[in-house]
Amino acid sequence: MFLRVAWLVMRKDLTVEVRSREILYTTAFFAVACVLVFAFALVKEGRPLEDAAAGIMWISIAFAGTLALGRTFERERHAETLRALMLAPASRPAIYVGKLLGIVLLLLIVEAILVPLVALLFHAPVGARPVLLVALLVCGTVGFSAVGTLFAAMLVRARSRDVLLPILLYPITIPVIIAGVRGTAALFEPVPADDLAQMWIALLAFFDIVFVTLSLWTFEPLMTE
Amino acid sequence: MKNLYPALVLLALVLFAAAPVMIVNAPYESTMGLVQKIFYYHVPSAMVMFLAAFVCGIASAVYLFRGHAAADRVASAAAELTVVFGLIVLVTGPLWARKAWGVWWQWDARLTSTLLMWMIFLAYLLVRRFGGPGAEKLSAAMAVFGMANVPFVYISVNIWRTIHPTTRVVPTLSPGMRGPFWFCVAAFVLLFGLLLAARMRLEHRRADVEHLYLLAEEE
Repeated sequence: MFLRVAWLVMRKDLTVEVRSREILYTTAFFAVACVLVFAFALVKEGRPLEDAAAGIMWISIAFAGTLALGRTFERERHAETLRALMLAPASRPAIYVGKLLGIVLLLLIVEAILVPLVALLFHAPVGARPVLLVALLVCGTVGFSAVGTLFAAMLVRARSRDVLLPILLYPITIPVIIAGVRGTAALFEPVPADDLAQMWIALLAFFDIVFVTLSLWTFEPLMTE
Repeated sequence: MKNLYPALVLLALVLFAAAPVMIVNAPYESTMGLVQKIFYYHVPSAMVMFLAAFVCGIASAVYLFRGHAAADRVASAAAELTVVFGLIVLVTGPLWARKAWGVWWQWDARLTSTLLMWMIFLAYLLVRRFGGPGAEKLSAAMAVFGMANVPFVYISVNIWRTIHPTTRVVPTLSPGMRGPFWFCVAAFVLLFGLLLAARMRLEHRRADVEHLYLLAEEE
């Protein structure tokens, strides 16, 4: 039952998204524009700043993620679907998991565009350790989205939600960003440091467990009026 | 309780007046010299910051799950105190660092995570102030996440062996320093308790006034 509700919520979000492609297009465009601005600032005479690629990749993911979260829940608010979901006789954590999966999937698609672009502009060897890089991206995206989904859902009713989402989200998810940046930087070295990257992946997995548990625990009382 | 409060304030005043005398008489640390004395204010305020964060997080969880308004008042008072004592930590730390490490700030694990924790509670206050209706619940969730950060901040020095002294410093203090140190801890904890009580009382009064306003409007 739990998984079925989560699956249905996710499928609903993705169906809406596939029909309009609003969030995917705008978020992807925003992320690409972000990377380009960084490229102008940090690439001098064809030579990128050392270690810049990893940082820029994760900053762009965080910015794009914030935008996607805001847009997703703005749509829910506009169509009053979140209230309908809350009225439905479904367990709240299942709804949360469904929304979370939808956001993670969306962000992963954006990253599939973003990462090759960063590699191209900043000469980053993304192909050197593909499995570890994907593991870093997936763990980091889950951690970021876990907190983001919770706060974006709560902020649906708040007055100045556009300002408040980054204020809430960034201080809490900075550990995730740090782990992502450090792990990715280790992989982008001329000789990839596998053990270091694995350490950061383990830490990210730990963050994911803590954040998802806390979010599941607090989602129910938070979404009750 | 009401009669006890002025007495406790007096006691706190005496403690804080006596602390500098004890600190001056404590033995000098061989390598750091005079600047080590900051330790007697830096570490106790860090301890109180953690304590305040825990009080805030637990009270917020109680408020989220039980909906007691009193728990929410405790949480908001404790969040403010987390920020205040955090500010003391973040000011005294660089003063010491300038002398000991030659730089004001170093991006080491303990410093970074302390700053982040402080920012989480600052965000808590921002949300409370500007979140509009329902902001108490939002900020309560923020505090629960902030509390989850505390153990991480505490052990960070032991995992990433960087420049900040580890948690082994306090248990291995020399006997001459131990007395003044725990004296200062007691003074800071007492100050925390007094400020928390005063702040809660103010919030309580505010809630009473609001209640009276609502009653007056109904009539």
